[in-house]
Amino acid sequence: MGKVIVVTSGKGGVGKTTSSAALGAALAQGGDKVVVVDFDVGLRNLDLIMGAERRVVYDLVNVIQGEAKLAQALIRDKRVETLYLLPASQTRDKDNLTAEGVEKVISALKSVFDWVICDSPAGIERGATLAMRHADIAIVVTNPEVSSVRDSDRIIGLLDSKTLKAENGERMEKHLLLTRYDPARAERGDMLKVDDVLEILSIPLLGIIPESMEVLRASNLGTPVTLADERSVPAVAYFQAARRLKGEDLPITIPGERRGFFGKMFGRKAA
Amino acid sequence: MNLRRFFTRTQSAPAARDRLQLLLAHERASAGGSDLLAKLRDEILLAIAKHVQIDSDKVSVKMERGAQVSTLAVDIEIPFEAAAKKAA
Ligand SMILES: Nc1ncnc2c1ncn2[C@@H]1O[C@H](COP(=O)(O)OP(=O)(O)OP(=O)(O)O)[C@@H](O)[C@H]1O
Ligand SMILES: [Mg+2]
Repeated sequence: MGKVIVVTSGKGGVGKTTSSAALGAALAQGGDKVVVVDFDVGLRNLDLIMGAERRVVYDLVNVIQGEAKLAQALIRDKRVETLYLLPASQTRDKDNLTAEGVEKVISALKSVFDWVICDSPAGIERGATLAMRHADIAIVVTNPEVSSVRDSDRIIGLLDSKTLKAENGERMEKHLLLTRYDPARAERGDMLKVDDVLEILSIPLLGIIPESMEVLRASNLGTPVTLADERSVPAVAYFQAARRLKGEDLPITIPGERRGFFGKMFGRKAA
Repeated sequence: MNLRRFFTRTQSAPAARDRLQLLLAHERASAGGSDLLAKLRDEILLAIAKHVQIDSDKVSVKMERGAQVSTLAVDIEIPFEAAAKKAA
């Protein structure tokens, strides 16, 4: 049975879709069977970021409404053969996402794929709560910036109360993915410190993705950043995050800082 | 960063512009209710269903929206028995 991951944040524009595509591709590049599901009904973008926008035939709402079979709506990536996309609807309303419908789709996907990655819309409304509802693991995407951290805290609260895991009294596995980290601003002391964000949110760190031109470039080309240039700094950071998701215990380095400083801190927070 | 790689790379912005122009042309058309490809898809499936009982698990539909041409591929497994029965 596969694992269901929700990539969520509360705040918009922090890097959820970028991260869903990059982590999904990274896991699939390692041979795992992965499906990335776009929950942003009405404002889909994952298809564009993954370069599949011209090949959408059916979408999540079609499947939930019984207008198409799940297998017909899945789009297989042209570059990585174990990577699939389930697009969101661009024209239909969010209200077409029913809790029962989503549950059926997720459990069908779980039985076939190793990883089901749900790209959540921003906000705390229906789309976001449905995206997190069936998750085993949550990746909270946060920028080192006050409003993003505050919204992440709010989302963590929802993860601990509004999900099936929470309702069944189980513990939701939560990870922090710090994105758009800018070493130059950190150096000047104008950005929240990694340490501070970790202390405030107190969930373990999955990785730090630096602010990078490579991300923009990859999205221009419609290629997840881990496929665009495997050796770029953000790609390496995403590959490492993917390995941590699979349970590897890799030390985290803060972009632009020397190794070592961070080891002790991560050791403490990973507990 | 590897300098040679940096300088020999092609720009990505033109690709972004082209992809967007193509996508938006198709999306605007479909917002106006004239998504020809989707209409053809649905009508072809309906037409076939009139003659044979199709098992929707055995239907694969592929589309590729292009600038000059789009393609629509409907791939249906029609069991001999089903075809014979409906025709009778
Ligand atoms: N590490 C990064 N470096 C530079 N730009 C980035 C990085 N991560 C994301 N971005 C840019 O930030 C913008 C928002 O990213 P993205 O769409 O992934 O966020 P999102 O959280 O999915 O947004 P929404 O809430 O609207 O769904 C995009 O323009 C993306 O290219
Ligand atoms: Mg998004």
